[in-house]
Amino acid sequence: MSVAWNAFTPVTALIGGALIGAAAAAFVVLNGRIAGVSGILGGLLRPARGDIAWRAAFVAGLVAAPLAYGVFAALPAIRVDTDIAVLIAAGLLVGVGTRYGSGCTSGHGVCGISSLSLRSLVATLAFMAAGFTTVFVTRHLL
Amino acid sequence: MYTAASFLAGLLFGVGLIVAGMANPEKVLGFLDPAGAWDPSLALVMAGAIAVASGAYALMRQKTRTLLGAPVRLPAASNIDRRLIIGSLVFGVGWGLAGICPGPALVLAGYGAIKGLVFLAAMLAGSAVFELLEEFVGGRTDKLLMQNRQHKEEGNRR
Repeated sequence: MSVAWNAFTPVTALIGGALIGAAAAAFVVLNGRIAGVSGILGGLLRPARGDIAWRAAFVAGLVAAPLAYGVFAALPAIRVDTDIAVLIAAGLLVGVGTRYGSGCTSGHGVCGISSLSLRSLVATLAFMAAGFTTVFVTRHLL
Repeated sequence: MYTAASFLAGLLFGVGLIVAGMANPEKVLGFLDPAGAWDPSLALVMAGAIAVASGAYALMRQKTRTLLGAPVRLPAASNIDRRLIIGSLVFGVGWGLAGICPGPALVLAGYGAIKGLVFLAAMLAGSAVFELLEEFVGGRTDKLLMQNRQHKEEGNRR
């Protein structure tokens, strides 16, 4: 194992993380809910009366984030090297898996662990382990 | 009011993802690859987020209403079952294939990245498949399991 020190960005990682934490904190302090993206998005697929606006607004905020960021500074470059076919398979797996497991990196990883939920810690360890294993297989075995 | 708060929270969340580098799938995959050139940044993103958010949850757990007067609705589930584990493992495989999870998928769509939109469409299709399975298969099997359990319990009582 070797750390890629040139790619390691501890300061922006901590600041970005703190912003994510602040968003989750604001969400629970104001709206009383968990900022779990897969659950919020999933609820829109089976819309219930009075349960749409706050979900759609949160999603819109996430989509609008690059726009807002771009007003103040140049957007950092992104790179997606994955093939379209693999990307589609990955999307399907993420869609089914997060709903079946009731959460993703935000709901279980950030919010769940922050509220000391053992259930969320177990879920986070499970998807982290699967993620590490998948990358090991695709990058070093295949 | 709640809608505005939701929008701003989503916006702040998304900006945090961009600043942290989580919106960049290559960076996420760099974290998930300790056998290669490992980028440990994502661990600090999680640490920073948890350090800031945990105080808010500790506070709100003791309240029934929020600052805006909404009821506090934190998940009560604590069961660790097959659904949780298998679902999380399936999610992790998809995450490892693309380096994209649901929050960054929405941010990437906002970037206007074609591949981000393709991933988002597939992810929504996956969620829709889940809803259909729940409706036509899961619900029914869950009911059958419940009935089975009730029968057993009744049998035990006798």
